[in-house]
Amino acid sequence: MSASKKKAKITPLFDSADWDYAAVDKVFQAIQTIAIDEMGLDVYPTQVEVITSEQMLDAYSSVGMPLMYSHWSFGKSFVRDEASYRKGASGLAYEIVINSNPCICYIMEENSMTMQTLVLAHAAFGHNHFFKNNHLFKQWTDANAILDYLQFAKNYIAKCEEKYGLKEVEKILDSAHALQGQGIDKFTRRQKLDSAALREKELARAEYERSQYSELWRTLPESKSKDSHEIDQIEKELARKLGLPESNLLYFLEKHSPILESWQREILRIVRSIAQYFYPQRQTKLMNEGCACFVHYHIMNRLYDTGQITEGAMLEFIDFHTRVVAQPDFDSPYFSGINPYALGFSMMKDIERICEQPTDEDREWFPNIAGNNRAIATLKDAWENFRDESFILQYLSPHLMRELRLFNLKDDTSKPHYVVDAIHNEQGYKAVRSALAAQYSVANLDLDMQVTNVDLHGNRSMILTHNMTNGMTLEEKQADMTLAHIQRLWGYDVTLNSVDPNTNKIKKSYSD
Amino acid sequence: MMHIIDRRLNPKGKSLSNRQRFLDRAKKQIKRAVNDAIKDRKISNTDGGERIKIPADGLTEPRFMGDMTKGHRDRVMPGNRDFMPGDKIKRPPPQGSGQGGREASEDGEGEDSFQFTLTRDEFLDIFFEDMALPDFIKKSIKEEVVHEFQRAGYKRQGSPSNLNLKLTMRNSLARRLCLRRPRETEIAELEDKITLLRKKTNLPIKDQKKLLALLEELEVKQKRRRIVPYIDPLDVRYTSFTEVEKPNTHAVMFCLMDVSGSMGEVHKELAKRFFMLLHLFLTRQYSKVDVVFIRHTHLASEVDEETFFHSRETGGTIVSTALEVMQKVITDRYPPEDWNIYAAQASDGDNLNSDNARCRHILTQELLPQCQYFAYVEVWDRHEAEMFPSDGNATRLWQTYDQITKSHENFAVRKVTGPEDIFPVLHDLFDKNKTSEAV
Repeated sequence: MSASKKKAKITPLFDSADWDYAAVDKVFQAIQTIAIDEMGLDVYPTQVEVITSEQMLDAYSSVGMPLMYSHWSFGKSFVRDEASYRKGASGLAYEIVINSNPCICYIMEENSMTMQTLVLAHAAFGHNHFFKNNHLFKQWTDANAILDYLQFAKNYIAKCEEKYGLKEVEKILDSAHALQGQGIDKFTRRQKLDSAALREKELARAEYERSQYSELWRTLPESKSKDSHEIDQIEKELARKLGLPESNLLYFLEKHSPILESWQREILRIVRSIAQYFYPQRQTKLMNEGCACFVHYHIMNRLYDTGQITEGAMLEFIDFHTRVVAQPDFDSPYFSGINPYALGFSMMKDIERICEQPTDEDREWFPNIAGNNRAIATLKDAWENFRDESFILQYLSPHLMRELRLFNLKDDTSKPHYVVDAIHNEQGYKAVRSALAAQYSVANLDLDMQVTNVDLHGNRSMILTHNMTNGMTLEEKQADMTLAHIQRLWGYDVTLNSVDPNTNKIKKSYSD
Repeated sequence: MMHIIDRRLNPKGKSLSNRQRFLDRAKKQIKRAVNDAIKDRKISNTDGGERIKIPADGLTEPRFMGDMTKGHRDRVMPGNRDFMPGDKIKRPPPQGSGQGGREASEDGEGEDSFQFTLTRDEFLDIFFEDMALPDFIKKSIKEEVVHEFQRAGYKRQGSPSNLNLKLTMRNSLARRLCLRRPRETEIAELEDKITLLRKKTNLPIKDQKKLLALLEELEVKQKRRRIVPYIDPLDVRYTSFTEVEKPNTHAVMFCLMDVSGSMGEVHKELAKRFFMLLHLFLTRQYSKVDVVFIRHTHLASEVDEETFFHSRETGGTIVSTALEVMQKVITDRYPPEDWNIYAAQASDGDNLNSDNARCRHILTQELLPQCQYFAYVEVWDRHEAEMFPSDGNATRLWQTYDQITKSHENFAVRKVTGPEDIFPVLHDLFDKNKTSEAV
């Protein structure tokens, strides 16, 4: 009621569909008041950039980054996106937001004023807060250095192309791209991205070393022959030195490939640094979108309650929002897996409900947060400390499972039937929840692939081991082609085995 | 906190170089697709882009991924209606819209073809890539040379109209700086100081001395200014042009088409397509090529492009009339000494029997000696082609022309039975790699 009183006094921030800079600025201030002062979000400064649909397509093709080195595969995704956009088969995003400091937020010129408001709330505050506060992003990415680094990468690769030829650089990039998924340090702490200047210096030093290195010294005769025990010892020592087993293939090839030149190693390093930068995004897709949706929903409602946006604008927003967070049922023709926007948003709303209006069931399941009346603080804590897997495991409530009518289907490819394993009932809640969480786990998102052995004294062959999860082998055609790329980078024979981690038996071998 | 930037005016086409790289990479496939595309399309209608589909081989970006048809996994899905734990659901057949299908096309990677749009320019570039007019330079007569002016740096002498201001002023500025020519402002400053001193009455000795010094300085500067001119003849530069010799590239293409009654719609359509392609090819590759359109029934006339392609007419068939008109146009406007002459003729092969000999006469005696290249394309209905497959059933005109090819190497005959033949025939006739061997 107090809201409606206010409404009479305050004139809306805008009342036409067209946007202009003054209106965007005014809206931004209003949103900021709600986001910072009321919700207490903590964000990087924002840089809003207005772009055309064509530029949006450009941004698409360079994985959303404002600058990127050149490669034909970006051209390929460009023509593909363009074709499907022109055909009308797919729309364009209304915004792209980049995890950088300042946080760059692209908005499209054809958005209506309501959409711009929504986009600012969603990206400039929702995503932005998540980027700045989630522990994965803090730990793995470096928002301050990314743009600098991309600039360096772009220049460096352009220079290589000039020096060594387009074709040569393309080959290395092709191979490196094939291994992007295996170019991530999953178990160690990220290295800080070097500043461009520092990197240049390092490269110059490497180049100097290379120019001073003389192959001649290696031809000195070995002092004496070694017995097999000694060789074993040497092998062990070598493995230790090489840091085997190593799960970051790109890193391993960059450091130890016998055939690559220093510029080629640097290109591998660039590709792997960029892959690393995107790693947290894959693990937090659900939370990131959920957070942004929750924030924009909250802010838009507050704007409406305080009379700062009109009913028309609110209606437009609700229409859009409903479509974004729609979750088609499994048997609907529109079903294509679980919509991260939908699940993320409903989980966050559910947490809000548990904090404010808990049922007895909630009190039993979530004794820590039920009825604490601090919904935003609870959510902020979740946004900071969880990733998709753990977030679901911690917060997916029976209430929401019932609402979404979730069920778990066991799919054992060796059997002719799927089996319904658990449903949204008392016996099934925990099973469904952990099964869903497992779908978002690192083990499920990424293959466990390691360099396990390298025969540096013999034929220099490399052995890769794929530790299977759920008895799943690799797609053969793709594996063979990817192996060919590894071979190009390693220069000698490469063998890949899929191994069952329980029995340590080789289930399948690939070679190209 | 916020900073808003308008990027809309930033240069467009950030992806252009990536797009180019992609096209280069897919060149082979694109070329094939483009050739296919032209078979059943009117090229003149392609004002927008051209959508083509290419196989994805060579364009895959492989990566390791799990084989979804192996192993076991959990799938949590929303929207349960009546499933109870333990229910068994029959696995859908592997083909169709099952998991497998979705997986394969998830990223467009598994798909075996790839569809996108080429711009018209890209399309035509690829399309005509390996075609050229044969024997472009006249062999028989002495080559005529055309003189053209070309930029060739700068020089110290020249006509005032070629004065290069930018360079002249730059030289002048450099010289003035070097010789320390006083600037106008410096002199004005001095003069100001002097007038200031002069205004004062009964100057003290010190100021009188100062005044003298200033006057002296002023004189020196003014002198220097006079000696060092603002622009010296030394500074002046002229843009230089030199005459270069260019070989004569006058070329004219004659398009002859039979529009008589015996030409059914199918034939006309084929012939038109042939000429459209030819026309497009010529105008694209050679900006200076003249094109003359001649159509004939039992009468022939020179017409404009629009009429040639789009208007209808019926009547009997006398091929020689067209050849005569061509001959007349050549004598009137395109003397063979100055022009490279090419001709393409399309007909269904029907001709008044008594006219064949005359055609032969005009061609061998008059036209062929003047022409660089003469191509005859005979259009056949597909049904006709199926009914009379062997050469024995060739039309009279074909027989006549076929004999001519034996004695004249700048004469070629080809047969077209369907739209898909047109491009290969055109390509064959104007193949770039073809040396001047007899066709």
